[in-house]
Amino acid sequence: MLDREILLEKMRTTPYLPMKAKIIEAQMVTSKEKFFRIQLENKINLGHTPGQFVMVSIFGFEEAPISVCSSPSDKGYFELTVRSVGVFTDRLHKLEKGDLVGIRGPFGRGFPIDNMFGYDVMIVAGGLGIVPLRSLIRYIMSNRNDFGNVQILLGFKSSKELLFEEENKEWMKRAEIKFNCTIDRADSEWKGNVGLITTLIPGVDINPARTYAVVVGPPIMYKFVIRELLKKNIPDHQIIVSLERRMRCGLGKCGHCQVEGVYVCQSGPVFTFNDLRKFKGECHEKAV
Amino acid sequence: MKYAILKKSDLNHWLKHLKDRAKLYAVRKKENLFVFRPVKEVQDVCLDYIPTILPPKKYYFPQKEKLIKFSVQPFKTAKAIDKFEDFILFGVHTCDIAGMQCMDVVFREVPEDPNYLNRKDKMTIIGIECLKYCDQYANCTSMGNHVPRGGYDLMMVDLGDKLIIHINSEKGEKLVTGLDYIKEATQGQMDLLESTREEKKKIFKEEFTGPLTKVYDTFDKSFVSSVWKDVGRKCVACGNCTAVCPTCYCFDTQDELDLSLNEGIRYRIWNSCQMDDFAKVAGREDFRKGRDNRQKHRYYRKFKYPVDKFNRYFCTGCGRCTRACMAEISLVETVNSLLREEKK
Ligand SMILES: Cc1cc2nc3c(=O)[nH]c(=O)nc-3n(C[C@H](O)[C@H](O)[C@H](O)COP(=O)(O)OP(=O)(O)OC[C@H]3O[C@@H](n4cnc5c(N)ncnc54)[C@H](O)[C@@H]3O)c2cc1C
Ligand code: SF4
Ligand code: FES
Repeated sequence: MLDREILLEKMRTTPYLPMKAKIIEAQMVTSKEKFFRIQLENKINLGHTPGQFVMVSIFGFEEAPISVCSSPSDKGYFELTVRSVGVFTDRLHKLEKGDLVGIRGPFGRGFPIDNMFGYDVMIVAGGLGIVPLRSLIRYIMSNRNDFGNVQILLGFKSSKELLFEEENKEWMKRAEIKFNCTIDRADSEWKGNVGLITTLIPGVDINPARTYAVVVGPPIMYKFVIRELLKKNIPDHQIIVSLERRMRCGLGKCGHCQVEGVYVCQSGPVFTFNDLRKFKGECHEKAV
Repeated sequence: MKYAILKKSDLNHWLKHLKDRAKLYAVRKKENLFVFRPVKEVQDVCLDYIPTILPPKKYYFPQKEKLIKFSVQPFKTAKAIDKFEDFILFGVHTCDIAGMQCMDVVFREVPEDPNYLNRKDKMTIIGIECLKYCDQYANCTSMGNHVPRGGYDLMMVDLGDKLIIHINSEKGEKLVTGLDYIKEATQGQMDLLESTREEKKKIFKEEFTGPLTKVYDTFDKSFVSSVWKDVGRKCVACGNCTAVCPTCYCFDTQDELDLSLNEGIRYRIWNSCQMDDFAKVAGREDFRKGRDNRQKHRYYRKFKYPVDKFNRYFCTGCGRCTRACMAEISLVETVNSLLREEKK
């Protein structure tokens, strides 16, 4: 059977049963975030779309939804970057190379990469938002000719929170990608831009009708970034966001992730701004 | 055979027969209230009752249900239950059958939920049609659930000293055939059923001040409304309303380890969107803040969202949320307030 068939069959017959998976690399990347490279049993490929997530299980500690941060073109394993914020994530941080976890998924709808072919792409990441976007960036890198101009805008609170620093440097070096990074507050180690990520947007040069803007960050960021993107005349359908909600099942049943009538775990986490416009008041990320 | 007749004096015989065939659950009295319980003594079974404290969902969507079993060292997982037992639910009101149909639609939607579906596969439903209102809290007529609308195997209607039984499935037919005390209904008895239903129409009147389509339209326009503020001010967030609702199915998962701390079970347990941490995430962002918004969400999950998604109202009209509410929030009054406000 093809890997995809195996995963679909599992989803159909035993959607709550995690698959066995091994951590083949684990490493702290900031003081709060840990990076994991994970291999499913029998080296099954996860076959995700950038923007999708998995439910990670640690027996005795339940599960948490975590975005896949590797590209589907990275074969034989996938990667996660996890911030330690509570019971489950603290426990996950204790795991090291060789330890086992359970994996369900991949879940949800990822970024609309097929629709983005031929378009310019502007990626706007705030803080941990770079995690799912790294999957997209890596995907674009390995399929570079399918996309037009690509620019990446990154924002972090401080230089200590900078993620994927080595890769940032690599992205910066690649001439066919424009890269810009800012931190909210200046510190002695930082030589780059200072200010909120929204300050980077007015200066970018884009052809709005030909541009997809993909935005991921903390809930508070969306309103402000989207407002700037709308000022640039990017159409609603081409502004892409990813929503974070509490999730328990990933199957559109448990109700935790619901925004009005929509189950984020199944219909999202990726939405267009046009989708968000339809919400009547429960979507915190919608610009006013 | 489409309709069968059972003398009430033979009811206990039949119940004994059913009890021998499969695990039998029916309604019995508990102080002043009623509950679904496994049948021990057939004479305890009630057919004339106001909706049970909990709907029969506890049998096909248990309050605490095993999802998987696991061991930490060596890493192992398996389905927690691989065999489900046959069971019969006896004397279910038409509103509760409507509740089952709602839950079926949800759990059959892809990705399907095998835990639920496997359990449901083993279930036989024997309904009873109400001929008078259970109490003042029900709104089954507005919801169209005061009469049978399918979704059962057998449906009983009281014809005085007899019960007429509508046979709606092969599974149901097997439970009434080959018994000398259950006969095919005569034309006269069919006519009596007809006239009984005509009489019923005089008693059951729509409880909302507008038709359902109007209710739907009103919800479409009432996302911002003072009604939610009023309801939110009263609500004490106890979660009774969602626990007793036949169509509330929100859940949480929970791992329990045994004493060795190596083996355990992952459960799913009922949860309620009325709890204040229901939509909170680690950054402390609360995506549904305030009791007013949480109550509104509960109502929208009955009168708006499932209609858009499944073309089905998820209020069955059983009246349980009103009966169980610590703060005396009434569903009928809330909906009628919205209708009134809309008119202004
Ligand atoms: C689609 C999606 C992708 C995500 N990707 C990442 C990622 O790549 N890296 C990362 O570090 N984090 C990610 N998160 C957030 C991560 O799931 C939460 O930080 C984690 O669930 C917190 O659990 P905890 O037990 O450590 O925290 P606690 O605060 O102890 O959790 C308490 C309870 O709240 C729930 N909960 C709290 N926060 C969240 C949350 N944000 N989302 C869902 N449930 C929550 C937990 O399940 C638990 O039941 C993602 C969340 C979603 C929805
Ligand atoms: S039963 Fe009443 S008080 Fe309790 S949560 Fe429901 S509406 Fe609020
Ligand atoms: S996570 Fe359970 S419904 Fe979305």
